[in-house]
Amino acid sequence: MTVRLALVIDLDICVGCHACSVACKGAAAFDDSVWPNQVFGYEIEGGARTVYVPRMCQHCESPGCVTVCPTGASFRRTADGVVLIDAERCIGCRLCAWSCPYGAREYDAAAGVMRKCTLCIDRRDVAVPACVATCPSGARHFGDIGDPASAVSELVHRRGGFALLPEYGPAVRYLPPRPRAAGLPTADGKSSGGLDRWIGRVVSR
Amino acid sequence: MTPDPGVSSMRQTTCYMCTCRCGINVHLRDGVPIRIEGNPAHPKNRGVLCGKGAAGLQHHFSAARLRKPLKRVGPRGEASFVEIEWDEALGIATAWLDAIRRTDPRRLAFFTGRDQSQSLTGWWAAQFGTPNFAAHGGLCSVNVATAGLYTIGGSFWEFGEPDWDRTKYLLLLGVAEDHDSNPIKIGLGKLKQRGAKVVSVNPIRTGYSAIADEWIGIRPGTDGALVLALVHELLRTDRIDLEYLVRFTNAHWLVVQAPGTAEHGRFARDAGNRPLCWADGAPVDAGATGISPAVAGRFTLPDDRVATPVFALLAERYLDAAYAPEAAEAVTGVPAATIRRIAVELAAVAFEQAIELDIPWTDTTGRRHATTRGRPVSMHAMRGISAHSNGFDTTRALHLLQMLLGTIDCPGGFRFKPPFPKPIPPGPKPAGKGYAPGKPLGGMPLGMPAGPEDLLLEPDGQPIRLDHAFSWEAPLAAHGMMQMVIANAVASDPYPIDTLFLFMANMAWNSSMNTAGTMELLTARDPATGDYKIPHIIYADAFASEMVAYADLVLPDTTYLERWDCISILDRPISDADGIADSIRQPVVQPERDVRPFQDVLLDLGVRLGLPGLLTPDGAPRYPGGYADYLANHERAPGVGPLAGWRGPDGSAIGRGAPNPKQLEAYIANGCFWRQELEPAHRFYRHANAGYLDFAVKMGFVPNAEPIVLQIYSEPLQRFRLAAQGHGPVQPPDDLRDRIIAAFDPLPGWHPPLAADTPEFPLYALTQRPMIMYHSWGSQNAWLKQILSRNDLYVATSTARALGLQDGARAWLVSAHGRLKLRIRTMEGVQADTVWTWNAIGKRAGAWGLAADATEVREAFLLNHLIDDHLPAAAGTRRLANADPVTGQAAWFDQRVRLEPCGPGEAGPVEPQFASLDALRRVVV
Repeated sequence: MTVRLALVIDLDICVGCHACSVACKGAAAFDDSVWPNQVFGYEIEGGARTVYVPRMCQHCESPGCVTVCPTGASFRRTADGVVLIDAERCIGCRLCAWSCPYGAREYDAAAGVMRKCTLCIDRRDVAVPACVATCPSGARHFGDIGDPASAVSELVHRRGGFALLPEYGPAVRYLPPRPRAAGLPTADGKSSGGLDRWIGRVVSR
Repeated sequence: MTPDPGVSSMRQTTCYMCTCRCGINVHLRDGVPIRIEGNPAHPKNRGVLCGKGAAGLQHHFSAARLRKPLKRVGPRGEASFVEIEWDEALGIATAWLDAIRRTDPRRLAFFTGRDQSQSLTGWWAAQFGTPNFAAHGGLCSVNVATAGLYTIGGSFWEFGEPDWDRTKYLLLLGVAEDHDSNPIKIGLGKLKQRGAKVVSVNPIRTGYSAIADEWIGIRPGTDGALVLALVHELLRTDRIDLEYLVRFTNAHWLVVQAPGTAEHGRFARDAGNRPLCWADGAPVDAGATGISPAVAGRFTLPDDRVATPVFALLAERYLDAAYAPEAAEAVTGVPAATIRRIAVELAAVAFEQAIELDIPWTDTTGRRHATTRGRPVSMHAMRGISAHSNGFDTTRALHLLQMLLGTIDCPGGFRFKPPFPKPIPPGPKPAGKGYAPGKPLGGMPLGMPAGPEDLLLEPDGQPIRLDHAFSWEAPLAAHGMMQMVIANAVASDPYPIDTLFLFMANMAWNSSMNTAGTMELLTARDPATGDYKIPHIIYADAFASEMVAYADLVLPDTTYLERWDCISILDRPISDADGIADSIRQPVVQPERDVRPFQDVLLDLGVRLGLPGLLTPDGAPRYPGGYADYLANHERAPGVGPLAGWRGPDGSAIGRGAPNPKQLEAYIANGCFWRQELEPAHRFYRHANAGYLDFAVKMGFVPNAEPIVLQIYSEPLQRFRLAAQGHGPVQPPDDLRDRIIAAFDPLPGWHPPLAADTPEFPLYALTQRPMIMYHSWGSQNAWLKQILSRNDLYVATSTARALGLQDGARAWLVSAHGRLKLRIRTMEGVQADTVWTWNAIGKRAGAWGLAADATEVREAFLLNHLIDDHLPAAAGTRRLANADPVTGQAAWFDQRVRLEPCGPGEAGPVEPQFASLDALRRVVV
């Protein structure tokens, strides 16, 4: 079984607060202009609903950014499927940014290299990526979607999780908004009389 | 990967990026902060942190930080300053303030903005002797807070919260990004994951409303009509918890019916002043047990007065067709069928899905309950309710709805956070009568009047306070009316002042209505003398905000990572429903600029002025170690200080205990917070929970262990109404009688907002706080500004189409007070009569270190320019604040507008534009 680390993002409870985006900036310590994680809001279903969609590197199975990299700086770790950039070898040519269908790569002008989400695997002091740890509504999960028995795999299965542009083999999964809570009675309550119904009502205190 | 170079360390403190006050871990490298994360052990945020909190790093390193005290050398408003030493700055302030204190302490107006140290600043004002103190509550959420305190002895946010772990149905009203930020997000996540229903009533569908199971796009300012229609439906269908009402509320108390007399609408009381009810054919003590009090009918008391129970009054009133869903539909725009269905759903969850916890408890009558029953319907309301001129009554209506459902402080319902509930209304009255040169006030400047005799009025009826709080214009202005201070000072209404002393309150920009007019007032001169009408302005801020330009003396503050602070039970603690908690900030780093923590400066000024509480009996400084010294050693009452944890000589006491010299160390060792979990039996029905109330007495939260009877019917409000009808010795001016009679309603009503409803201005204009900036706009933050540095006006697509406006078009937004040029964006998730924008994105060039071509200057605007600080007044009549007539809460959201397309050739930046404060860019780091 191949380990495949991934974010699983619950669109049902993302309130669009940008906590993930800003925590990422603190954790990643890239140039101020670089935003590996960004949140977008859309009105969907003909305007009937608003959803917030965080977007970041999807850690694809066969990443185009790796294929086009002329120096081999972009690579995918076979051990866990995480796509990374070796800053020592990156020349900042930006070919990878052109090739990424998710717009997930950005140029760090201060360092002269490309940047993107690393799933915080370069931070040894944390168990989960900063965006997951900080998410106030609990909309972000992290785990191994390569293991069908993992908590995130079960979550994806149970909630009908989907991938963005699945033809690129992304690892990140989005959980769709749940059906709106229903099942409460809708019957019109019958009127139970006027004021006099409470006269003589015995209520003990 | 490369390991971090340098020496890494981590220090814990408390966030100040909004008003949540979450625990944070500040990571440092070589002593320099490099990252801020949530503290997993902290009860407020449990490790999570919002975008504002994580961006605190950029607040700390803001390019807009002031670096040294400043003295004005050019005309006021142009930011021409020279840098001076602290000794000179404090000497100037002391000279001005000392002269005031020796002659007329009222001539100091001390207002402190989004201050989190009000237990210090209010006490300092009282020591100085000025009644003119408040923080920013009057322009924020005082309607919600005061309505709750006068009705249930608590309120939303700092006073209570939904039972996030058990509620099955949450009704949010007027809640966008708001108090409190992370706990609401954590809670909503829990509710959604377990399938509880979330209904959000809000004209705008963003954030929480976007993820709600049901969004009700209501017309602004009409929530009270919706809530009372729900009340109507519950009564009509008899779906109410009558047992809860007679046990815990005043539903059965007898109200005297004697129209035209001073007794009318007062509670019938026995010789011992205890309220009466009617049981077994006779009047009896309403607090008695084992009785079956009448809830309907009219009864003749032995003295021949006629009285009727509160419940009968409320049933008669709200069963009237005026409160039916059809009537509410016409007002709110919410279909009557939807209102009926929500009522059915609320009752179904409260009564058919009741929960029972295996927690025995004892009520104040001595009755033992084997379990704790819960009605799992909860509600939360905030600024969308508060910022209307009918917000006080709307909030009371909401509490009435909660009481009818029996869902106050029960499992699954709304739950108090200790030290709440408090007696209704709580504790001390506002102090201010008897002000005199050189003399402290007899108490704290802010408080809760119980009747007209508690108002702060001169013998001739003039307001004692500059802002007219606690006068007949705003009798229950429990947080003051900061928004009126500048206008009143300039108008000498009721008297001129000498010094305006502000702390982190951007009154020359986003914290004022009538912003351009306020700027003019700040520079207004007496034509006879040429002197400024406000002779001295002292301003303390960490950043070069717009207000700095209008100060004569600037006292530069530190950032929150550079100072001690305290989130106190005496002020606005961080408790949750299951535990009492408070916290501190500690300096994580030392400032490298010549700035000082404002609280230290205030204590220093107090010593220089010789304020009694700041000196020992032999005249030495009482707190020579500054604010940290004060936090550990100040006692408000014997054994009661700013911090409740680790008191007593050995740190073993909580609540009450002698000062502990090692108290702050104990806080730091515990992540800078203290929390005492309540016993399970003390966590519900605390208004009538014997064990809890005994604990609360020991802790000093309440004066005695008497049950706190929830007040459906408010006698204090009736007392103000009776006065306006001519009864009693303290009488309102004649021109305010009708207003008082209408606004002071012992049962909550709905009345339209005070703003004129005219076809000339068919639209309602609102702001929302962006989640990434709410309460955090005060820094110029390199990260947050990249997410949002411009704001547009959002308009319903259908409304824009009807006006011939395309998405992205420039337009004029016009009110009776002003005009704004802006860009519109169309959207579906907004009520059709409502337009809205993000709050406080626009900045003035030069302020915040911004150049004249900054996006915040060219493409962002303040809605404030359209909002008058006064209500329109006919010639010769009194000008009243644009505020709730009960509490003085600024009515930001009453604003009416119209949209007009821009003509050809009207491209260019947003308007109005103001002269750049270029000189302000030279006084920052």
